[in-house]
Amino acid sequence: MVKIIGPVLRKIPKIRDVKKQAEKLGERTFEQTRIANVFFSTIADFFLFLGRTTREAFSRDFEFKEFFRQCYLIGYKTLPLISITGLIIGLVLTIQSRPALADFGAVSMLPGMVALSIIREMGPVITALICAGKIGSGMGAELGSMRVTEQIDAMEVSSTNPMRFLVVTRVLAATLMIPILVLYADALGILGSWAGANIKGDVTFVLFFSQAFSVIDFLDLFPAVIKTFFFGAAIGFVGCYKGYNAGRGTESVGKAANSAVVLSSLLVIIIDLVAVQITDML
Amino acid sequence: MAESVPLVKEVIKTPKEVVEIENLSIGFENLKVLDDLSLKLYNGENLVVLGKSGSGKSVLIKCIVRLLMPDSGTVKVLGDDVNEMGRKELAEVRKKIGFLFQSGALYDSMTIKENLEFPLKRVRKDLTKKEMNEKVEEALENVGLSDTLDKMPSQLSGGMRKRVSLARTVVVDPLIMLYDEPTTGLDPITSDEISELINKVQKKYKTSSLIITHDIECARATADRIIMLQNGAVYLEGKVVDFEKSADVLIKSFFR
Repeated sequence: MVKIIGPVLRKIPKIRDVKKQAEKLGERTFEQTRIANVFFSTIADFFLFLGRTTREAFSRDFEFKEFFRQCYLIGYKTLPLISITGLIIGLVLTIQSRPALADFGAVSMLPGMVALSIIREMGPVITALICAGKIGSGMGAELGSMRVTEQIDAMEVSSTNPMRFLVVTRVLAATLMIPILVLYADALGILGSWAGANIKGDVTFVLFFSQAFSVIDFLDLFPAVIKTFFFGAAIGFVGCYKGYNAGRGTESVGKAANSAVVLSSLLVIIIDLVAVQITDML
Repeated sequence: MAESVPLVKEVIKTPKEVVEIENLSIGFENLKVLDDLSLKLYNGENLVVLGKSGSGKSVLIKCIVRLLMPDSGTVKVLGDDVNEMGRKELAEVRKKIGFLFQSGALYDSMTIKENLEFPLKRVRKDLTKKEMNEKVEEALENVGLSDTLDKMPSQLSGGMRKRVSLARTVVVDPLIMLYDEPTTGLDPITSDEISELINKVQKKYKTSSLIITHDIECARATADRIIMLQNGAVYLEGKVVDFEKSADVLIKSFFR
């Protein structure tokens, strides 16, 4: 009897082990619930912030002076960086594409091909990613340090609406200025392409541009410009959201700037994917 | 510099108690910071709230301007409960309160002049540009920094930043002044200067002040009445002399 029951009894876990496993399971469940809770409340917080920003954008007492100051900071101060980037994109695209096109005897298609790729994709996305790095991190760090040093609280107690003064102005300025920067980068990109074409060839400015624009129509330019408004809004909004909701320590300023860049870059890529799908259906 | 022209100031019948806090409780996660706290700030007095770091002093002062919402209790400012107010009403009440932050909280991207003009433009919309300039210059002159108008906050020392911050707070003629650790991080001489300025502001602007501090010298120099906080509740209330005579160990450790 003992011979039969003994091995069976040994296989049944001891009560103490069962209790330990139950405790472990409970702890794990509790931790997972806490993580899910944080995740969903962050998403809810993000949309609440979006709703409040939208509401404040349509309220009276718009802060025009601050809005124009932000347009200057976002637009004018980013010009050198965008100029260099735009020129290099055009130059590199041309130098890289030329040998492949030459193999097929299609070098004459170079201006049109490069212009199309710059206007439809490279110009908007690369400019937006550069802006996400410069403008998004700047907003995250600036508002984050304002939060840490109680400047946002000071604004609030002096009867100023910090959402209207700090967030709305920055988001709208980014929404308006990034499309302008993208168009500027597109133009410089095509100029860079012309310079690239002249490294190993000889093509006049007028001929290059007439060939480039002969392949571009309204449906190439329009969706590309429209999506840049969304890029701008996303970069401005994420930068402000991360900075405005930064924690209380100085460490949180760095975290806010960093996560603003990461999240806004990711959003740019996602918006681009959606925009390409929609354009494809047109 | 000549005094600025007298401005039409809103006539407000201030109640005897300008701030009335009843059964205030607030906590963060599992930590209870204020526990059923009640206190009153009377018209025209300087009330000092003393307490160790972490005793809930700054939380208390932030509840008065509703930067923090309490878990329970009422906070009446000039007779109205701030926790029951809509955003517009709250903004109106905040216009009557001056808040000096522990860090000074000067706006880094603005010059000193723009820092002082910022609340003035929003609170005193009736002022002309000339009157506004005069108010700014007068406020800076009162804190002895009239030559800093075009400087940036980063060009000033810690003490100067506190004084400019005080000027920015009083420039809108508040009825109630809230000071959050006004002398923290300053040398004894500058601390004494700030304490003097607090008294000067009270006399000149006829304000009622609530001063949060753990600096005994500042408390001695400014207090009409002192409240000591311990574990989120009132531990002792009285005048400076009552605290100095107290045999209590905790009080003695502060007033030795």
